[in-house]
Amino acid sequence: MSDNPIKIMIKSKLLSSITQTLRGIGKRMTERIWRLGTGTRLFFLTIFYSGESFKRFHLTLREIYFTGVMSLLIIVVSAFFVGMVLALQGYNTLQKYGSSEAIGVLVALSLVRELGPVVTALLFAGRAGTAITAEIGLMKTTEQLSAMEMMAVNPIARVVAPRFWAGVISMPILATLFSMVGILGGYIVAVPLIGVDDGAFWSQMQANVDFRADIINGVIKSLVFGVACTMIALFEGFDAPPTAEGVSRATTRTVVISSLAVLALDFVLTSFMLVI
Amino acid sequence: MNPNIVEIDHLSFGYKGRLLHKGINMVFPRGKVVAIMGGSGSGKTTLLRLIGGQIKPSAGEVRVDGEVVHQQDRDGIYRLRRKMGMLFQHGALFTDLSVFDNVAFPMRELTDLPESMIRDLVLMKLNAVGLRGAYNFTPTELSGGMARRVALARAVALDPNIIMYDEPFAGLDPISMGVICDLIRSLNDALGATSIIVSHDVKETFLIADYVYFVANGEVAAEGTPHDLIQSSLPFVHQFVHGEKDGPVPFHYPAANYQSELLNQAPVK
Repeated sequence: MSDNPIKIMIKSKLLSSITQTLRGIGKRMTERIWRLGTGTRLFFLTIFYSGESFKRFHLTLREIYFTGVMSLLIIVVSAFFVGMVLALQGYNTLQKYGSSEAIGVLVALSLVRELGPVVTALLFAGRAGTAITAEIGLMKTTEQLSAMEMMAVNPIARVVAPRFWAGVISMPILATLFSMVGILGGYIVAVPLIGVDDGAFWSQMQANVDFRADIINGVIKSLVFGVACTMIALFEGFDAPPTAEGVSRATTRTVVISSLAVLALDFVLTSFMLVI
Repeated sequence: MNPNIVEIDHLSFGYKGRLLHKGINMVFPRGKVVAIMGGSGSGKTTLLRLIGGQIKPSAGEVRVDGEVVHQQDRDGIYRLRRKMGMLFQHGALFTDLSVFDNVAFPMRELTDLPESMIRDLVLMKLNAVGLRGAYNFTPTELSGGMARRVALARAVALDPNIIMYDEPFAGLDPISMGVICDLIRSLNDALGATSIIVSHDVKETFLIADYVYFVANGEVAAEGTPHDLIQSSLPFVHQFVHGEKDGPVPFHYPAANYQSELLNQAPVK
């Protein structure tokens, strides 16, 4: 016996809504895979056309000023407060176990291994990453990139590659400065304010912080974050629809994707570094 | 030597399922100022992008100096583009560079000329467009007309064989319009180049063009010298040249019946 017409209608509506949902998921997935592919292609093209950035290093140097030097203030101030908070919290916990002299080690290891590279990368994404995306997005909107193309000048070699290398070079330097200033902030709270022994603070730090396992690994992390954050910012700017709304959305995406990428990469890198 | 520096042969181009050009044929003789005119959205700028190799045609071909543009690899396209200069609609000046550096940009990027020679050449180009005195301005300090003139100096910085102008008169005051008009003609003649102007400003374009193509509905609707086109009785050309509000290009966008839509109380969706 055939179904009644209402049942048939409900079935067909259900089927159609399932199909639409699946189609929507498929479309979004395809778009994301497409963007991932385009981004990867841009990354390899950037590496391929990087020769010019080194031959004419002043182009890269100029970008180091804009991405690195201009981010210094926010990095230094944040690092100082992070170091001070670490010392306060660390002392509060360590004194319960009678090991408040280890405060120097705690501050230094937290900063060098984790907080230095991660917080620097997050601040970099917010300060320099957004600036890169907005600048390239606007260059696209105002046809500056097209003009360059029409002059037979490759925008990847002239615009993208110098900014990429500037980010990659700046990030480890900024992260190192972050750790140094953070340790100074921790010292100011721990030694002059709380009264931890000056010698114990520095000697324990010297004895327990390993150059290869802690400092070099921190620098490697910040290098990887530098590649990720700068490339995401560049790709978002390059891929932004040439409208005010398009650039604004791209800038937001830079911060969101960079932050998530940094946190996820940090977990992956830490896992590998602890195993090795 | 081929008398035409650019040839468009049975060119079709479309995107998102819409065919913008349907088998267009055009030639651009050396040394001439040729205009492409048509309504907004008729694909005039797209034609410039096809000539510059920024996009590829769906069918047919564009030949620049005898070479098929879309068959070139990246190096080949860049080699062809070195023969071209382009003035973008809003100038597209690099906002992080001064006027001087904008004009010097193609010289520094594409040649090995010493800085002293670049300085002289830039000042000569800026002098030609009357803005030598503004060499140290930034693009944000320039008016629309001045920005267009600087962009023109940059477009001709390397003495190209082909100069393309995308809506060079759009948004300019009458004085700036006259200046740009005069510069296009004089630079073309001084450099012995070929100019391709995309515009919908009839008066200014007819004043300087040697030959005009009218594009409508993806085809060349009419062509000829400005004098021929002013005399033309073709309805589209007549409407366009005389700026009539109704004609083959209707005033009203296709819509439902006016009366029934007014009587229908349902909200417009």
